Amino acid sequence: MKRLAGLFWSLLFLAVPILGVVTFAVAPAYDIWLPKDVSEHGSSVDGLFYFILWLTGAVFVVTEVALFWFIWKYDANNKKAEVKYRHGSHVLEVVWTIVPAAVLLFLAIYQMNTWADIKMRRPNMAPTVEVIGRQFEWRLRYPGRDGVLGTPDDLHLVNDLHLPIDEDILIQLKSMDVLHSFFLPNVRIKQDAVPGMKIPVWFKAREEGVFDIVCAELCGWGHYKMKGRVTFESRESFEQWLEVKYQEQEATQASNTET
Amino acid sequence: MSTVETKATSVQDAPQKQETLVHTQPSSAQRLSTFLSTYVFSKDHKVIGLQFLFSTLLWFLIGGLLALAVRWQVAWPWSDVPVVGKLFAQQGGQMAPEFYTMLFTMHATVMIFLVIIPILAGAFGNFLIPLMIGADDMAFPTLNMLSYWFMWPAFIAFGSSFFVEGGAASSGWTSYPTLATNVNSSPGAGWGQTLWLIGLTFVGVSSMLGSVNYMTTIILMRAPGMTMFRLPMTIWAMFITAVLQAFALPVLTAAGFMQLADRSLGTGFFTPEGNIVNNAIATAGGGQPLLWQHLFWFYSHPAVYIMILPAMGMVSDILTCFARKPLFGYRPMVYSVAGIAGLGFIVWGHHMFMSGMNPALGVTFMVSTMMIALPSAVKTFNWLGTIWGGRIQFTTSMLFALSFVSMFIIGGLSGIFMAATPVDIFIHDTYFIVAHFHYVLFAGTAMGVWAAIYFWFPKMFGRTMNEFWGKVHFFLTFIFLNGTFFTMHILGAVGFPRRLADAYHYETFHHLQPLNAFMTYCAIGMVASQIIFAVNFFWSMFYGPVAGRNPWNSNTLEWTAPSPPGHGNFDFQPIVHRGPYEYSVPGVESDHLMQTDPPNAAATATAAAAH
Repeated sequence: MKRLAGLFWSLLFLAVPILGVVTFAVAPAYDIWLPKDVSEHGSSVDGLFYFILWLTGAVFVVTEVALFWFIWKYDANNKKAEVKYRHGSHVLEVVWTIVPAAVLLFLAIYQMNTWADIKMRRPNMAPTVEVIGRQFEWRLRYPGRDGVLGTPDDLHLVNDLHLPIDEDILIQLKSMDVLHSFFLPNVRIKQDAVPGMKIPVWFKAREEGVFDIVCAELCGWGHYKMKGRVTFESRESFEQWLEVKYQEQEATQASNTET
Repeated sequence: MSTVETKATSVQDAPQKQETLVHTQPSSAQRLSTFLSTYVFSKDHKVIGLQFLFSTLLWFLIGGLLALAVRWQVAWPWSDVPVVGKLFAQQGGQMAPEFYTMLFTMHATVMIFLVIIPILAGAFGNFLIPLMIGADDMAFPTLNMLSYWFMWPAFIAFGSSFFVEGGAASSGWTSYPTLATNVNSSPGAGWGQTLWLIGLTFVGVSSMLGSVNYMTTIILMRAPGMTMFRLPMTIWAMFITAVLQAFALPVLTAAGFMQLADRSLGTGFFTPEGNIVNNAIATAGGGQPLLWQHLFWFYSHPAVYIMILPAMGMVSDILTCFARKPLFGYRPMVYSVAGIAGLGFIVWGHHMFMSGMNPALGVTFMVSTMMIALPSAVKTFNWLGTIWGGRIQFTTSMLFALSFVSMFIIGGLSGIFMAATPVDIFIHDTYFIVAHFHYVLFAGTAMGVWAAIYFWFPKMFGRTMNEFWGKVHFFLTFIFLNGTFFTMHILGAVGFPRRLADAYHYETFHHLQPLNAFMTYCAIGMVASQIIFAVNFFWSMFYGPVAGRNPWNSNTLEWTAPSPPGHGNFDFQPIVHRGPYEYSVPGVESDHLMQTDPPNAAATATAAAAH
């Protein structure tokens, strides 16, 4: 009976690595996994995710199985052998300090370039669009015909972001009131919008489509509904759309001044 | 030498030292004042420890119920809340979104500031430090009493904030400006936020009083023979936690006052020029919202270690006791705790990778964060080394301790994802991080706390808890916690954001409701399982089997004192002859050698073993 208890508890601990791996293995089949990536840099972010997943997954399985094995093998009701009276092992300590240190240091250096590409090597260009977070909407400002932001001909829109594909996009991110976070799950981009700061965000989209803009930093009671949409399209249709919106704005402004 | 022996061998027969109370019919006023000084305004570290334990367990219940309400909204948004739904009659039984933001803010606040920090340092630190180092009480008993009573203004501030206009704080437990500093930003940013800051300050005062006391006691009041490197890991962890508190807390306290001044005096430390919130008038400003984040995390990152190190220490002691084997690598364990504490001060920026902080600075924090995984890894390997080759006894306490190791592996490894800055771009503020910190703080620390409660309960109340129901409690908690929290990893892999009252209107997340419903069922099961624990706890306190001084055949000093120890703890002067982990010493008949056991018997035995 007591031996069965030991077996029961050790199997419970064995269930951790088994079910853990199964969860990650079946999740993609149910589409509970990384959303589609349409960006240029996204593959290196996802690649790093998978690299760390395999690495930590291996360590997870090995350590959890070792834990199970020790619990099962050294159950007091199950074993005859003497307790190993050891206070440690200098060699082992050195090994399991140096090896993880080397792996972690490698990981730290390995990812620096990707980080620098996404957040540090800003393309030398004028902003494509200004995105301003405001409780609870994304205000957008395109430079208009003169190509310069902050002039009277700027095009003002809300939540409906359109961008051309296959070229560098530079967004100037601001916030009017509180913290927001500009999160494009399908572009692997996230950047907090901070009141009082102008933060540059850049990326290149490779595919056409319409995707979510999510606010990922708590911004008040309506945080959940601060949703925008981004449309990636060809340069021509982007310019067409821009022109239509520009005409609409001109028309409403004209009628405003008339009445 | 001989006097030492007679003292030590007479431990078992020595009568318990008792308070000589006058037995001539005390007046009711006298009786009241005795009652007050013994049980209410007590200066005895054990009573203060138990006061902390009962208070924090009560708040644990409140925090758990808040969590259930959060889970309800995430699984079935805008549906009528069962049982308590009638309280929100004005919304037709539904939860309003501002109510939801308040719930998760207060869930985190209660769990962190009123449960985890005070249950580790306040309850177990107080109860165990003098007993485990062989002292009769803390160095400053009055300060110790105050450290408990300073929690009460915090309890009242946090508790009453639910009932003020606009409700309790709802800017997240991190209280980021300008959401938290601008009273127009949200309903809970009024009195709720002010009370939150006041409560936080009092928690800080309480922690500081405890910290000063613990450091002094551990340095100055160890029993003869108790060198620093003979201290049990629990005490090492408590000591380093106290050091962390002492250095980190002033920063949080200062930041809290700055935020209070921003809110009430318009100082604008954290508010930039021309900030317009909710169409209110633009503020004068001149401040920086990121400043708060730096100050807050300069405390709150070390606080993450304040919330795990004591549990690691207690688990180390419990693992050795029930594996009947010395701790593997005692000194590396001590050095890794110290390493975690040192590195803990230079990693705060990893909470701010996406905050707008200089990305080059992010690289620095990324490297230090990667490095802090190292001492945690060393500790895990040493725990595995400890149970390797032992004789494992499956007590409830041991099961919880083993699950701490198993779960901490998950929590530790998932941290590497966030430490990798490019990956953090995607998973920052998603359920991946929610999974990570619940694996560290619930599946880690809370499981460690249960291990410690089952382990030291006999010393606290003189009786042992029921083992069968303890194991049922363990089994159900273990299953349900993994059902609730493991699934959060894959939810985070989709990018499912935290703190959203309803995320299903996003195309990316609309298919995730069934998974969330499953997690909520598990969470309900997890909270319900705690009923077993509560009944077992209170029943055993009065009717459990009476425990002797040392029911687990453990080695450390607290087990030489009576259970429960009287005022002054020890009925003899404990003299320490060895480290705390001498289990199964070859040639010694008993499988444990207590720290106070006289050395000659052990000396001959180890000499024989050496040949």
